[in-house]
Amino acid sequence: MNAESRQSDAGVIPDQEDSSLKVGETDQASDGQPLIEARHVSVVFDDQVVLQDIELQITRGQTLAIIGESGCGKTVFMKTLVGLVRPTRGEIFFDGEGIHQMGYAELTRTRRRFGFVFQNAALFDSMSVYENVAFPLRQSEVVTETAVEESVMQHLAEVGLPKNVAYKRPAELSGGMRKRVGLARALILKPEVVVYDEPTTGLDPIMSDVINELILDTRRRYPVTSVVVTHDMHTARKVADRVLMFYPRSRLGDNESQVVFDGPPSSLEHAEDRRVRQFVRGEAGERLMELAHGLSG
Amino acid sequence: MSDSANSLSSSSKPDSPFARWVNQWGSAVVDGITTIGDMTLFSWAMLKWLFTRLPCRGTVLVNFYQVGALSLPVVALTGTFIGMVLAVQSYAQFHAIGLDSRLGAVINSTLVKELGPVLAATMLAGRVGGAMAAVLGTMRVTEQIDALTAMGADPIHYLVVPRFLACILLIPSLTIMADFMGIVGGYFYSVIILGIDHAAYLNHSRDGVTGFDLFSGIFKSVFFGSTIAIVSCYRGFHCEPGAEGVGKAATTAFVYSFVLILAVDLFLTIVMNSIYYTIYPNGSSFL
Repeated sequence: MNAESRQSDAGVIPDQEDSSLKVGETDQASDGQPLIEARHVSVVFDDQVVLQDIELQITRGQTLAIIGESGCGKTVFMKTLVGLVRPTRGEIFFDGEGIHQMGYAELTRTRRRFGFVFQNAALFDSMSVYENVAFPLRQSEVVTETAVEESVMQHLAEVGLPKNVAYKRPAELSGGMRKRVGLARALILKPEVVVYDEPTTGLDPIMSDVINELILDTRRRYPVTSVVVTHDMHTARKVADRVLMFYPRSRLGDNESQVVFDGPPSSLEHAEDRRVRQFVRGEAGERLMELAHGLSG
Repeated sequence: MSDSANSLSSSSKPDSPFARWVNQWGSAVVDGITTIGDMTLFSWAMLKWLFTRLPCRGTVLVNFYQVGALSLPVVALTGTFIGMVLAVQSYAQFHAIGLDSRLGAVINSTLVKELGPVLAATMLAGRVGGAMAAVLGTMRVTEQIDALTAMGADPIHYLVVPRFLACILLIPSLTIMADFMGIVGGYFYSVIILGIDHAAYLNHSRDGVTGFDLFSGIFKSVFFGSTIAIVSCYRGFHCEPGAEGVGKAATTAFVYSFVLILAVDLFLTIVMNSIYYTIYPNGSSFL
């Protein structure tokens, strides 16, 4: 998809001044075709089944939060969406094209339509903040240094970072600043999809809320589809208009789906599934019994 | 777990001790073959980039500085000491048969043919190979390599090709430095400390080393450099999680590189000797 068609896509996205979009509203606003689609996706590492038979459609403009306990396969699924992990079985489609069957060049082109915010920002230690944010721009197109500087400074300002930060090394920054630099780097190519991996993990409540606000602000500024992987319920409720909950495959019985919840954040508290309610309320439940058995055993 | 899950993963554990023994050895053999295959594909991907698109000057120069300029002092120092050690070790035997003045020929020949290239490669494996594996391993663990891929850059092109170029292009210079400093060290100890005649020492030294010896040492060093780069980068790229994983990657990079350097040395020495005696059947050379 070229830049013009991206602009035309922007036209079908509702003005997101109101950040509390509901699922139905987003679906109505989109063209009806899913932007991202996962069909029967399974991922196995050695003999460990991490994901099994995942079915999912994400419409354009939607903000999807994927929640679930540690080790349930959230991050692996997210990496599968952008082709960083190849599914063992199943298919992934982005804008109608199969990511799972793309060649190197095509996959590289497709990845540039994604912005990826990693769990610990994954900034390159050997580069300054400026070089980190400029990196995707320099990789993707021939641009003048003036244009690079203008774009880097604009994106750093958008995430609330002062100019002097640009010439620091990532090691000199706090966790919140690193996440914001990671967000600036993810947004510099104006991606169609922004994928956030645990954006608030390891941050204090105030900085977590700053990051949540930046995610919402990104939606207001750019016509992006967002996938947020988190186990922070505050983040899921605040930024998402649809929530998906994964459950670890190893804890499931025969023929049970790994997706135990799919709906708006407002339904989480009253979900029929006990495991969802427990997760949302942060209750250990039967895990305490398992722990006791483990200690006695 | 459902049938389909079972079909995705098969994890049946053998019961008898013999079955467990077969299972363990089988796994080790399969792992070994997989690693060799994986490393071959890794090298192939790197070579494809090398011949299709070179990395930008900035990334190459940084690696040239790390591999070449920063390794030079340590290679020179070890070369000097090894030259002197050779003089110390050989003197007693040569003195006993009255061939003190021939010491230079033995020291220089040993250095130029074997010790110079192997020593330079060993120092490079320890100083640069371990660091390469640790840096790339940390990048793997902290998802920086995933970030490169996600941003449309190829990690092998961006990270491995510059390191490979730096190793293969600069190791000949480091080898020449190790040879030269070893010869100087050997001369210093033999002539200045042990009092061997200066003119006789130099005369025999010149006779002991041929142009082919020098060429063969430098030629071998290029293979040592490529071994260090490929093994170290591969170990870094396949680093296990955590600080222990990074440490293990750095250690195994050095150990595997060192063992492979010696194995490649043996193979190339046999090949070079065959070539030498094919070209010079009477043992003469072009010098």
